[in-house]
Amino acid sequence: MKTFTKAALAVAAFGVVAGNAQAGTLQDVMAKGHVQCGISTGVPGFAFTDDAGNWQGFDPAVCQAVAAAIFGDASAVKYTTTTGKTRFTALASGEVDMLARNTTWTFSRDTDLQFEFTGVNYYDGQGFMVSKDLGVSSAKDLDGASVCIQTGTTTELNLADFFRSNGMSYEAVPIETNDEARTNYTAGRCDIYTTDASGLAATRSTLDDPSAHVIMPEIISKEPLGPLVRHGDHQWGDVVRWVLNALITAEELGVTQANVDEMAAGTNNPEINRMLGAEGDLGAMTGLPKDFGHQAIKAVGNYGEIFERFIGPSTPIGLERGLNALWTQGGILYSPPFR
Amino acid sequence: MSEQQYAPGTHPDLKPPIGQSGLLFWFRKNLFSSPFNTLLTLTTLYVLYLVIPAATNWAFFDAVFVADSREHCRELGQGACWAFIDNRIEQFTYGFYPVDERWRVVLCFALFVLAMLPILWDKTPARRQMLWFSLAFPFIGYWLLVGGYGLEPVETTRFGGFMLTMVIGITGIACSMPIGIALALGRQSDMPIIRWLSTCFIEFIRGVPLITLLFVASTMLNYFLPPGTTFDLILRVLIMVTLFSSAYIAEVVRGGLQAIPKGQGEAADALGLNYGKSMRFIILPQALKISIPGIVNTFIGLFKDTTLVVIIGLLDPLGIGRASLSDIKWAGLAAEVYIFVAFFFFICCFGMSRYSIYLENKLHTGHKR
Repeated sequence: MKTFTKAALAVAAFGVVAGNAQAGTLQDVMAKGHVQCGISTGVPGFAFTDDAGNWQGFDPAVCQAVAAAIFGDASAVKYTTTTGKTRFTALASGEVDMLARNTTWTFSRDTDLQFEFTGVNYYDGQGFMVSKDLGVSSAKDLDGASVCIQTGTTTELNLADFFRSNGMSYEAVPIETNDEARTNYTAGRCDIYTTDASGLAATRSTLDDPSAHVIMPEIISKEPLGPLVRHGDHQWGDVVRWVLNALITAEELGVTQANVDEMAAGTNNPEINRMLGAEGDLGAMTGLPKDFGHQAIKAVGNYGEIFERFIGPSTPIGLERGLNALWTQGGILYSPPFR
Repeated sequence: MSEQQYAPGTHPDLKPPIGQSGLLFWFRKNLFSSPFNTLLTLTTLYVLYLVIPAATNWAFFDAVFVADSREHCRELGQGACWAFIDNRIEQFTYGFYPVDERWRVVLCFALFVLAMLPILWDKTPARRQMLWFSLAFPFIGYWLLVGGYGLEPVETTRFGGFMLTMVIGITGIACSMPIGIALALGRQSDMPIIRWLSTCFIEFIRGVPLITLLFVASTMLNYFLPPGTTFDLILRVLIMVTLFSSAYIAEVVRGGLQAIPKGQGEAADALGLNYGKSMRFIILPQALKISIPGIVNTFIGLFKDTTLVVIIGLLDPLGIGRASLSDIKWAGLAAEVYIFVAFFFFICCFGMSRYSIYLENKLHTGHKR
């Protein structure tokens, strides 16, 4: 599959180079009146359909923020559902304008596949979940355990590396989907379930007694997830990057969905004023309306609010901010200034 | 003692000897005829005893039909949480089709049933006129679903759920039949180029898994087209599914054609019928009749294969199920989704198989005993 993807993308690269001779993505998006956003086909908390049939979640929120920044209307998004196998071709071929889809920022995706990651909206990492009955407190005590693992993913490689480097052995129980993992884990066919920590938390929340299971403190891989666009259109990349940065900065500066209207009228803080368009015209520098930050935050809230709404401690998923806290609060979330 | 006389052949049937009839005899003969059979019967009964009460309790008696989240369901009962399906039934049926336009899908389905009637049932009133309607239906259906010409246009990316399955399944079935017959005849043709092309096509398509064709449709085709042109994904999938199943139909029909004795074709020639007429009146009616089980088999397979589109990101009922299960409000109710979807597929496929049996019986003209 990998070689196939590469071959497809090689052909795609040619098409994209030719395509870039035309107008930029931002102009195209403005002309058609909506952002075409590639999302996943369903990851708890990150992308799901609500009872009314609308896409919601941590990832679609980024798409909605971008749409709000451009059009002042968070509903000017059309979603294309992509799977792990079709996501990159969908982006490279221009079927979607951006991907916001639990995609790990890696060297080869950035360079070889020719995409531009415009930031990180969730710092994830592979972890382990075990039952409390097992009485282990560290992943280092898991020698000889049976592990439920999704086959053919990087998690499989990470797991093998981790166990080998710690001189331990394990027995793999191959599974395909999250639901299958949950069933197997509940039935006791595997002692451990390993996948990204966010996925573990989501799975744990659906177990009959979530408190009987713990997620080990060890995180064995770096999975920075973020939105991405095609190489070669820097203006569009900037748009997506700075909308995301606006959400993060808003949290840092205390701008929320509730008070953004009030703050947009002008505050004592010049950075807030610049971001919300009360002072200067930052938006024009990248082809956006002056109040793009105002509109984006008004539509979806700041980063902290989005986090809290879909995956935070008060939701059943119950993810702690951890690495994803602001740099001022012990995390590594850090947005360059609006200046 | 006088013996009663009967004319030959009119003697009434005698009753079976005592102990050779009735319910008990049936049990003894069919269920307890040997120690091994007795053991099997008892084991089966025990397994049924274990499974049936538990399953019915889960699915009906302990099930929750009205609730607004999984938590709520668990509070109300320990069985299946059908409230989830109930809550999402519109999504499962229409996918992301705009709410205000959903009547079009319903109307389209109703017209489809009307259009199929004269094709499937030869006693339909005014069948001849109805057949014209059936011929026009594909265009009417397309117009209703996609819009334009006075109707609000709806992008095909909003298709999903059972509606998507039906669109792919029905289009695939309807288009692959004529193409398949043409290919089968082409493969038997005396003209080398036609024969060669048909054979190549059939062998190539049959040699490639459907999932590969779908990947080609979803990813590769984009690059062969000029940049900027987007060629509707569902249309691409429809073409691939149709090609795939027509190759199989062609082989099934070829099997039927080869079962027709050569004398039939020669007799048609002797009557002076040309190729078209001899095929239409002599060969194909017989060949298709014996191919019915194989054809229906292919159609059922095709209909179930439509679930593969979930891998290229189209949301058929299973995809909708997955997206719905990701809503943390309902997460963890996978069993309900799969059982519900399985039920839908069973109804469709069982319907097709029953119809094929009806057709076989109707066309049964004495070749089998």
